[in-house]
Amino acid sequence: MDADISAWEQRSVVRVVPPVQPRKLAKVPFVELADGRLQGVVSSGSDIARVYVSSIAAGTHAYTCSTNNNRPCGGLYGTPCKHLRALADEAVLQYGLDRVARYLRVEVAAGGDLLGSLSGGPTRAPAAAVFARFLRHLAYLEVPDSTAPLAELHWFPAVR
Amino acid sequence: MTDTRLGELLTGLPAGTGEALDLVTGFDGAFALGFARVGEEAESALSGLAGALAATPVGARIAEAAEKVAAGSVADEHLAALAGGRAALLGAVHDALLSGLDAALGRTREAWQPAAPAAGIPVNLLEGCRVWLRELAITGWRGVDHDLVTACDQAVEALLGVPELRGLAVLLDGLAAELRASCPVATVDRLPARRWADLWTRGLLLAQSGPWQGTAEPVSGRLLVLGADVHEHGTVVRVQVHGVLEPAGGGTPRLVRTSVAAAKVETIVGPAVWRLLAGYPVLMGALAERRVLDVTDLPLLPGGDLVWHDDRATAGAEADPFTTARVMLGGAVAAPVPPLDRHPVRIAEPVLLEGYTTDGTTLDVGGEGLEWDLDRLPACGPLTPELVAASTGCVGLLRWDGRWLLQPLAVQTAVKRKPVAVHTADWATGPTDPKAVKAEAKAGDVVAVLRERAGRLLRK
Ligand SMILES: [Zn+2]
Repeated sequence: MDADISAWEQRSVVRVVPPVQPRKLAKVPFVELADGRLQGVVSSGSDIARVYVSSIAAGTHAYTCSTNNNRPCGGLYGTPCKHLRALADEAVLQYGLDRVARYLRVEVAAGGDLLGSLSGGPTRAPAAAVFARFLRHLAYLEVPDSTAPLAELHWFPAVR
Repeated sequence: MTDTRLGELLTGLPAGTGEALDLVTGFDGAFALGFARVGEEAESALSGLAGALAATPVGARIAEAAEKVAAGSVADEHLAALAGGRAALLGAVHDALLSGLDAALGRTREAWQPAAPAAGIPVNLLEGCRVWLRELAITGWRGVDHDLVTACDQAVEALLGVPELRGLAVLLDGLAAELRASCPVATVDRLPARRWADLWTRGLLLAQSGPWQGTAEPVSGRLLVLGADVHEHGTVVRVQVHGVLEPAGGGTPRLVRTSVAAAKVETIVGPAVWRLLAGYPVLMGALAERRVLDVTDLPLLPGGDLVWHDDRATAGAEADPFTTARVMLGGAVAAPVPPLDRHPVRIAEPVLLEGYTTDGTTLDVGGEGLEWDLDRLPACGPLTPELVAASTGCVGLLRWDGRWLLQPLAVQTAVKRKPVAVHTADWATGPTDPKAVKAEAKAGDVVAVLRERAGRLLRK
């Protein structure tokens, strides 16, 4: 085995998750690469109480968009709607094109865009699971602070 | 004088360290493949671990566990014994490294007094964690998939509701995020085998009967800040302040730490994380303005951690951390490390180094090269590798991860040829550098946006 790899594997503190880049959250408050999908929540342009749940599956590239109450998105015909476009754009900002493309298993030609390189079509999928993950995500904002010693955090340095 | 002794420390490892770490590496390799079917190599790694600890009080239990697991019986008690064995080896490595470091620094450290176990921990939550950790051990890292990672979500949610179990919650959440990002793990080029087995081990030990920090005693006095170490993963940020406490009414100054942690999400990064800590204006103000803190009746845990209460502190006169380090570090007494916390990663000893030369990767200490820990420069602060490379003085933490490292908390350096001191927590009340202010303004107040959503959606 390569000596560098084995030295890395024998370190207690190595970077496993690449850091994400800051971005505006008002339009697309939630984006994640999880459960085999790029998925997230996109604000409705017109109604503050409504959000769209959009996702693209890794491998098949099947995509879907609906309101959080499971009403299908009116903009989704044969091509991705504006919510999916916003989701993809913000995902690229947050994670970088390489990481998103690798996760979705999509080949993006140099200078090409992510959505244009997908090979799948629209599908129906319940929004509930993704919306639940968004609520779980938001719930972190309401977890109380801690002043305990938390020695386990020595494994998790803040990085640049 | 200190430089020469530190230089000697850098030239070699304490006796037995390499052998102990080889046993840990063997265990970690076995773990990666899982205990569902234990092959020949894994079996010999397990029996090697047991053999090395045979003469210890837990030797018989570990030997039995190694035998049972190799034979395919993976019970909770056996995994706990193996985790204990692995922790004991790394504990011994920690002790040897830290006593060498204490000797080199001339640092006095108090002895650990046995502490009472934590009381009132909801044991059913711990059981849920053990179930997940057992699944990981059976499957092995190489077999981890999305479903197995997601299976830990419920346990983490429940743990986050129990303040005493916050450490276990942030540990499992951090591990799960790394596993999720690496799924399917079977295909990753390199496996963080030591790191993940460290986290699994600590998780399993915490999931036996909760944390082991002991009982606090109230202290009052002046807290002189040395620097701030920042810890972070997707869902937590924590500022851990190292300082010297001068007890009210005299007495030997003590090296202490005090910490504040806030839950967050992945998209709150960079200087925005300070907004999450705005509830500690006295501490954050003192960090940003480099002031001394007068504290009254703060609980001090046996391991040297002051439990911060912002309303029991007031900020006083300005106090330069470099002066504090120069004047106080030599005579301050260090706290003992709780036995189950003993792991090389926990070594974070404040030091002052001055008048060195550096090429930006290592600095010269007593004729030996000491590597900068540039991976521990937080994005929320102004310290950069360039400032470190131009530095001539540093208040930092000596750490060890396969070799000694110096993590800068503050440097005396030059910006446009002018001498200046730069500290990790200079932006604790908001960035002061125009470029950072602009960058933060561009993303907007992400904390406010998410809190507003949370307020609206979570209480529907
Ligand atoms: Zn849509």
